[in-house]
Amino acid sequence: MEQAGFLYYAFIYLIAGVVAVPIAKRLGLGSVLGYLLAGVIIGPFGLSLISENFSAVMHFAEFGVVMMLFLVGLELQPSLLWKLRGPILGTGGAQVLVTSILVFAVSLALGMPTQYAIAIGLILSLSSTAIVLQTLAEKNWMKRSAGQSSFAVLLFQDIAVIPMLAILPLLAIESASSAEGGHSMSIIADLHGGLQAIIVILSVGSIIVGGRYLARPLFRFIAQTGLREIFTAAALLLVIGIALLMQLVGLSPALGAFVAGVVLANNEYRHELESDIEPFKGLLLGLFFISVGAGIDFSLIVSQPGIIIGLTVLLMFGKFVVLYVVGKVSRLSNCENLLFSLALAQAGEFAFVLFSFSQTNNILPKDIIDTLTVVVALSMLATPLLIILYDKVLEPLIQGRLSSQPVDDHDPIENDEPDVILAGFGRFGTVVGRLLMFQGFKVTVLDHNAGQIEALRKFGFKIFFGDATRVDLLEAAGASHAKLLIIGLDGKEQINNLLEALGKHFPRLPVVTRAVDRDHTYELLNKGIPMENIYRELFGASMSASERALQILGFRKYRAYQTVQLFRHHDIRILEELRAHRGDQESYIAQVKYHRQRIEDLLRQDEGDSVASHPDGWVEREPVNS
Amino acid sequence: MSTELNVLVIFAHPALHKSRLNKHLIKIYSEMASVEFRDLYELYPRFFIDVEVEQKYLLESDLIIFHHPFYWYSSPPILKHWLDLVLLDGFAYGQNGSSLAGKHLLSVLTTGGSRQSYSESGENRYEMGTLLRPFEQTAHLCKMNYLPPYVIHGANRILESEQVESEKRKLLETLQKIQKKSMDDTWPKSLDYNYLQDALT
Repeated sequence: MEQAGFLYYAFIYLIAGVVAVPIAKRLGLGSVLGYLLAGVIIGPFGLSLISENFSAVMHFAEFGVVMMLFLVGLELQPSLLWKLRGPILGTGGAQVLVTSILVFAVSLALGMPTQYAIAIGLILSLSSTAIVLQTLAEKNWMKRSAGQSSFAVLLFQDIAVIPMLAILPLLAIESASSAEGGHSMSIIADLHGGLQAIIVILSVGSIIVGGRYLARPLFRFIAQTGLREIFTAAALLLVIGIALLMQLVGLSPALGAFVAGVVLANNEYRHELESDIEPFKGLLLGLFFISVGAGIDFSLIVSQPGIIIGLTVLLMFGKFVVLYVVGKVSRLSNCENLLFSLALAQAGEFAFVLFSFSQTNNILPKDIIDTLTVVVALSMLATPLLIILYDKVLEPLIQGRLSSQPVDDHDPIENDEPDVILAGFGRFGTVVGRLLMFQGFKVTVLDHNAGQIEALRKFGFKIFFGDATRVDLLEAAGASHAKLLIIGLDGKEQINNLLEALGKHFPRLPVVTRAVDRDHTYELLNKGIPMENIYRELFGASMSASERALQILGFRKYRAYQTVQLFRHHDIRILEELRAHRGDQESYIAQVKYHRQRIEDLLRQDEGDSVASHPDGWVEREPVNS
Repeated sequence: MSTELNVLVIFAHPALHKSRLNKHLIKIYSEMASVEFRDLYELYPRFFIDVEVEQKYLLESDLIIFHHPFYWYSSPPILKHWLDLVLLDGFAYGQNGSSLAGKHLLSVLTTGGSRQSYSESGENRYEMGTLLRPFEQTAHLCKMNYLPPYVIHGANRILESEQVESEKRKLLETLQKIQKKSMDDTWPKSLDYNYLQDALT
């Protein structure tokens, strides 16, 4: 593509996304539908701003799915994945098998030859990972049981693509240029079967071993350079490298990326990786959805509307029924099952891949592929609409009828959302963090000092590398679900930056913060942090030191303690009172003097030499009438 | 005099997270009107009691309730600390010290031992009224009326949620009955009844 051409297409795609997605979101349609509609609008049947190339763009953008699975893997601890093995193999396996058979039978009934019917059955049994995961994640539904079952089924489908790529060529009517197919990247396709298996196992093994033992020192080395873009580059390199390796050995890149993600789920750089990959994933997926939208062949719909619409409805209804039965067997509640079945009732992006694979391998004729491609795209377009239907109509209806039942029977996966996010793990944060962790709270620590992290990890802390003032990193660390965020950052500037970000993006998250000094305390009060959540650094230590000083100067220890408590009490009260006078230099000084006098008086009173005029407790009571 | 009495609850429990009964019982106070609930361990974890504030609440009340578990024949230490610091000479007693005169004081207590154990033949040897003499005398010195105590015995055997609910209901009903009295009515005296429960039936 020429330079100008590239910029032109980039401009069109970006403007379509930037305009359509916010509008769609505002209308409650979700970003996926926004992108799809944007694609339709700029596509050859809309404004015709992009007339060619969108299928190439689509293949490029499918890489977004790889990134998405990498990110999903990062969220999933290996132990949790192990717990999900039942749903993945059981629910996922049942869905693919039964759907394939059903579609096969219907295709036969519609008069297709057996080979066609098998190929169509296999291809249409798959759903759209991109659309389903993106839509569910946007609704925050991934942790619901419907979300987890959907994920399990999608993961199984990703695995199932591999044997499908092996089976499909056997269905070819006449053996044609098989080297052109999706397998063409594989350098081991011609090798002996046993040798192939060994190489595949070695590749996956190298991802696991590399992720476990190499990733940490490598990321640390890169992080210590302090160059953010290099870290981003390394993150991208990791995902792309794995995808390439997987293609070379003929495995699904998405699956490889997922495995790598799971391996890195325990890594301290996880949140940083997540927030670095996230925007690329988002844009690529957006691009993918746009190209799906642009690729819908409306001329075909216009010329044979009955067949296309009929097939789409038939396909989605058939898949829905199979999913509903499978969901019932795996004991999803009615409500969750409905969501699960609606969400997965479409055909997915793998269908596009497998269709083009089928075309090059002469498995299916072009006219059938063209028709089914439109059907697949329409079913993808319909999915966000079905989800909206569920969210706005069906769920309220069911909930209303079964109002006594719990809203949600979640969640088999124990989520790993933190109770507390601790920003900054220096002299202030370490103490707070240790204390909370000893009490068994889940604390996620963010710190920017790679050396510090390495040292403290040796003591078993769960620390993640990154700049805590970055919103994306906070999001990745779980700020929207945490109960509390504690700021232990060093320096006014950093603390204020973080507070500003929190105010904009997580206004409801309670904050306990360190304050640099008295002036900073006023600033924090003005930002709306309550006094009892502000801790002047060194104030506590100075108080303790004063207490010790009083002891050495002859106070009994309890009296020293009482004195310090009294001072503290009045100091905080005065601080709040002085706040009003802060703008006016003169009245502020006058007030400070006045309050200093008051506190002195109070402390003196407490010396106890003036019981008569200032009675306090702890006197032995004389008889009242004496 | 038709309005309800103002009630001040001084609540002391140092380990509410371990409590089985009290943490439920205290919920009734939020169901009552004209009640000020002061949770001493929550307000003053460092035992730094704000005397001025506490005295202000006392002045505004007609009926003062000391609600606490009965530990070692007395209250948890913070309540004693509170008495030492808040009931000052010149405020609560002594010359000119009659701010609390005429108010009523009620102890709401939970004990591990049974009612039977708090009798001459029981292992605690003394009746509740006897063991509570220091509180009764405190009220007397402040010219207050000390009501017969409301005691829930055997509190650590009350485990079932129905039992807890029934204890909550009984306490709420008793307190609402008391709250409807006028200050001039005849009030039960601790010398006449062992338990408030007995006085009102």
